[in-house]
Order: sequence, then structure tokens, then C-alpha cells
Amino acid sequence: MSKKAIIPLVLFLGLSGLFYYMLMEMNRGEYNPRDIPTEFIGRAAPDFTLPSLFDPQKKVRSATYKGRPWLLNVWGSWCPECWRESDYLVALKQRGIPIVGIDWRDDPADGKAMLARAGNPFLEVGLDPDSSMAMDYGVYGAPETFLIDADGIIRAKHKGALTEAAWQEKFARYFQKGQ
Amino acid sequence: MRSLLLITALLFSLLAQATNIEVYDFDNDQQERTYKEITTELRCLVCQNQDIADSNAELAQDMRHKVFKMLKQGKEKREIIDFMVKRYGDFVLYKPPFEGRTLILWIGPFILFVLAVWLMLRAIRKARERDQKPAIESTQLDQAHHLLEDDDTQSGNQE
Repeated sequence: MSKKAIIPLVLFLGLSGLFYYMLMEMNRGEYNPRDIPTEFIGRAAPDFTLPSLFDPQKKVRSATYKGRPWLLNVWGSWCPECWRESDYLVALKQRGIPIVGIDWRDDPADGKAMLARAGNPFLEVGLDPDSSMAMDYGVYGAPETFLIDADGIIRAKHKGALTEAAWQEKFARYFQKGQ
Repeated sequence: MRSLLLITALLFSLLAQATNIEVYDFDNDQQERTYKEITTELRCLVCQNQDIADSNAELAQDMRHKVFKMLKQGKEKREIIDFMVKRYGDFVLYKPPFEGRTLILWIGPFILFVLAVWLMLRAIRKARERDQKPAIESTQLDQAHHLLEDDDTQSGNQE
């Protein structure tokens, strides 16, 4: 048999190996083919002023939080991952982490009902019914969490439910000093 | 009977359209054309194989609305596209820009094509050479004839 006959076999094994590797990465949550590269790390967080979920007369402003690191969490009562994430956010709140919520494209009544049921981890919750804040932050799915530092720069971002592992990897170090 | 069927079908199609109609009041035809251009050039981030003109995802609806509002404010097409790219990256463009980083995307297929043609031509040439080349050299053939003749005479003797 000529040497050439094994070329397809080698190609096949190579491709199988590659597919297996990528599938394992997807399984571990390391790789998501639908993710798009983030454009925001190191950029100034866009300012927003949104009506408050609890009192539409009141405004929730990003400017309020200048001067300390804080988390910005985009969620919605329609989003199952957000239900899953909720307990962890409440635990973070108990550790003293300031979190501002954005209830994205939601019925305010549903949003309030979810917080009443699952606990409210947020200092304030802004309503974003027409995706104006979501678009400014390049959000295309919920939940999504941004870390904004004392100077108003976005330092980290997490897509999907926040977990202890993700917290340790991306966010924890920004809260170690000064907190 | 046939016309009844047709009318029913038409009614259903009206129903289907009524659910996702968006009425935008453009200042002029040019603006409407630009709107259509932009919405077919931007990718829906939720259902990633659709442009935002085609997609019924909520984010796509909001993006269309944003495009409309920006056009109304007198923004240029370029400005609106840049606005989206600044937020969602090149990924939001159905047609990625032609630059260093994306060179392989644009040129890759052509390189592959040229390579495939070259390999195919080489294989054909080799096959042809193999066909034209006689299975054995003429000197070998003479030798073989000799042997056979010898064989014949020998066997003839034995009979």
C-alpha cells in the first residue's frame, strides 16, 4: 500500500481530534461559538440615565457610582439564566459588593415580582425597555455583568450567569483593596 | 373551490404579516433606501445568521428602531454603521471590512481554489503520463520474445 493512502486517515483523525477538543471546551463552558468578541474592556463606561423599576419618577444614573468599583448587571425576568444567577448575586450583595441592575426589555410588574420572589441583590434597578442602554454597552443577551472601576472604566465583563469561579477569575481582584 | 382556497391562503398571509409590521415614516425615498441598506448590512446578534431587517428578535427590532431614529436625526449611513461597530465589533457587519486582520477571510477561498486546481492538474498530468508510458520497455519486450521463442523451440524438440 502506498504512503499516500494514509493521508485521508491522518486528516480524518486530525479533524476528529480538533472536534473532540472544541466540544470538550464547549462542555466546560470555555468556548461558546455564539460569543462575539467584546469591544468594551478598557473603555469608558457609557453614561446612562434610566427610569427606576420601583419608581418611574426616579432616575437611575451611572454617574452616581463614580469613585468606587461597582457591578452593572443586565437581566430580565424572561431570562432563565438570570433566575439561576440570582442567588449568587444576593450572596455578593451580602459581601458588600455594590451591584446596579438593569431590567432589560421587561414588564416592570414581572421584574418586580421576580425580585420579590428571588431576593433583590441590587442597590438600584433601571428599566431599559427599548435597549438603549443595552445597545450602548454592546449587550446582546442576558445576563451580562460589567465591572466598572472607580474611574468609570469597564475593566471586566462576564456573559452568562455569574458564578464563584467567574467571580474569582475576572472580578474579585478589583474589590480587594479599599473595600 | 379553487378561488376559495386562494382567498383563505391570502387571508392567512395577511395575518402572518400583521404580527410584525413596523410602520416607519420616512422623510423621503432616499432615506428609506438607506434604511433598507443599513438594516440588511447589520447582523442580528441574537439569531446570528440573519440580518436585522429579517430578524424578529427583540434586540433586532430595537436596533432597527435605533437606525430609524438616527436617520431621522440626519445621521449618515457611515455614522450609523460606525455606531453599531463601536458597540458590537466587526461581527455586527455581514460583510467584514477588507483589512490586514481579515485578509485571510477574503483571500483564503481564492488561495484554496488555486491550490485545488493546481493539485487536480498535477494529478491529471501524472495519470496521463502513466497511460502513455508503455507497461514495459521495448528492450524488455524483445527479451521476452526471445525467451518465448526459445521456449517454443525447446518444447517442439521434446514432442
